[in-house]
Amino acid sequence: MVFFSVPLGKLVRRVSRLRGGGSALPGLVVEKIDPGFMRRTLSTLPHGVAVVSGTNGKTTTTKMVVELLESQGLKVFTNRTGSNFTRGVAAALLGEVDWRGKLDADVAVLELDEAHAVHFVNSVPPRYCLLLNVLRDQLDRFGEIDKTAQLLQHIAAKTTGTVVLNREDPRVARIADTLTGQEVKYFGLDDSLLGTFPNDDDMRAAPGSPAPAALPAKPQADVVLRKVGADSAEFEYDGGTVTTAMKLRGVYNIFNAAAALALARSICGAGAAATDHETLLQALSQVAPAFGRGESLTVEGQPLDLVLVKNPSGFRLGLKSFPAAGYATMIAINDNYADGRDMSWLWDVEFDSLRDGGVELLTGSRAYDMALRLQYDDVQVGAVEPDIAPALAAFIRESQGKPKRIFCTYTAMLAIRRELSKITTVEVVS
Amino acid sequence: MNPAGAAAPDQSKGTLRVVQLYPRDMNIYGDWGNALVLKRRIAWHGYTPELLEYNVGDPFPEGVDIIVGGGGQDSGQLVIQDDLQARAGVLTDLAEDGTPMLLICGLYQLFGRFFKTRTGAVIPGIGVLDVETHGGDERLIGNVKVASPEFGEVLGYENHSGQTTLGSGVRPLGTTAKGTGNNSNDGHEGARYRNIVASYLHGSLLPKNPAIADFLIRTAAERRFGSFIPGNPDDSFAVLAREHAARRPR
Ligand SMILES: [Zn+2]
Repeated sequence: MVFFSVPLGKLVRRVSRLRGGGSALPGLVVEKIDPGFMRRTLSTLPHGVAVVSGTNGKTTTTKMVVELLESQGLKVFTNRTGSNFTRGVAAALLGEVDWRGKLDADVAVLELDEAHAVHFVNSVPPRYCLLLNVLRDQLDRFGEIDKTAQLLQHIAAKTTGTVVLNREDPRVARIADTLTGQEVKYFGLDDSLLGTFPNDDDMRAAPGSPAPAALPAKPQADVVLRKVGADSAEFEYDGGTVTTAMKLRGVYNIFNAAAALALARSICGAGAAATDHETLLQALSQVAPAFGRGESLTVEGQPLDLVLVKNPSGFRLGLKSFPAAGYATMIAINDNYADGRDMSWLWDVEFDSLRDGGVELLTGSRAYDMALRLQYDDVQVGAVEPDIAPALAAFIRESQGKPKRIFCTYTAMLAIRRELSKITTVEVVS
Repeated sequence: MNPAGAAAPDQSKGTLRVVQLYPRDMNIYGDWGNALVLKRRIAWHGYTPELLEYNVGDPFPEGVDIIVGGGGQDSGQLVIQDDLQARAGVLTDLAEDGTPMLLICGLYQLFGRFFKTRTGAVIPGIGVLDVETHGGDERLIGNVKVASPEFGEVLGYENHSGQTTLGSGVRPLGTTAKGTGNNSNDGHEGARYRNIVASYLHGSLLPKNPAIADFLIRTAAERRFGSFIPGNPDDSFAVLAREHAARRPR
């Protein structure tokens, strides 16, 4: 079987491409006739497999890790498609292996959705894992935040080498206590930035209510994000501090850069001898957000920021990272399956920061849920138009000469990009 | 959008004290929205809201006019369990006395007789509501539409695996027209007892169901001041949000 599965899969891949089909079918074919294909292929890589998981920021972080490793001369295999994980990876592998099934790469860096984590790590134990955060996001799918933490814990347990953890997320940091053989490293935040990252647990702890029991002393982190400037950031590692220019915007994206740095340093080996600092920092400063995670465009000579919001923490961070002053604001809330059907999360975000300027336009299938939410936070709403195309046209027309910002859920972002591409050139970052 | 705003203190029709039960451990899926809606609408009706939090170990507040409690994760329920049992007396007295309460999901279950998990462990409730809950295999998730004799159409979002059955001492909040509600068999949602409204619905519940919010406020004002003089909140967004929500798939 081994001898036929790869050529057959490659053939199916070509045919399904010609038919304009998705990436999962060829992967499915190989999976069915040769279930060991993925493990066998990935196990030949000299640096093994690194997986990136967590609720928020997987895609951008994975992309950063890939670019950092490539800057160090490594050949990296990664999964760029968003289709069904295992099959998607199998399909991506088919595109990369030669006809004998050999993959020409030094390391694989894979974005691993929590839902597919158990199945994947059971069949392909990673050498490295990077666990970003556990936020209230896909509760529709998993029921409970603690269950998501358990899934991440399982990834860590199956990891054979180094586990990189977010020191500031209690549910992630706690995973260290459950590990025995693995090396554990952390990425962390300077105390001065902690306030920008409330976690879901202290989201509603009111001022004046007694604090929960004192936290144990924090472990030493391999990489710490010290400061965030307008277009620069300061990181601390190897006992020194470096300031670098950043193309990425938003504190939470830059915190993920610290995460990517920690994982890349684990893979290449930390310390001055192992990595080329110049090229590493150069690569870091050039990283742009992954498609659909928020980006800056230009419309009629004015900047237009798209900020993806898909859970309370993400929305709060978005509002904090991108101050409203001087901008015209639109919010687009859809409740399609990919966005999550439950609108409850809008009530876990405070919108006070929009009170001064108000919001020009609300759109999306749940535009009126958003309007109602803003009413209860005393934020003025210019207009509500659930249909995205006319809403976007009106927003651009009525905020002429002003920089614009649109906070949007995932499918709303796709719709907005589609409409914008009729007006402006939308840069596609793969 | 908020023409009434908060009345100046000298024009206030009086203060109503709302207590949020266990916001630190039992506040999920936007349950905070219910407390916010009560706070704002009390002001829009011309009264002065006072919003207090009660967490594990706090002294229990005096002079409570409305109680609101939310859902939580299993871990949250474990944290509050002993404290809730220690407060069973005061909470039962308030309930029997007619204090308006809104209990969502986890606290709906724990105000009942017990929660029996799938493994057979029994978590005792405080028995204010004549209901019992059994852990189920299936998680009931999605948009819900309820026909309520008192409040009309009630809209929300459920996300629970507990299956709750009502005893003869309570009546359902309403009949489900979309979604599951209390359990997979009976076709009804929530529970009503004295001035308690209990429900599985998040969403948050009160923003899109101002009739329930105003029931709680009216009852509280009548109990405290002998009468309720309503204000004139602008519910045009709520009406439109309801229309659009009602058309969305499960
Ligand atoms: Zn619930």
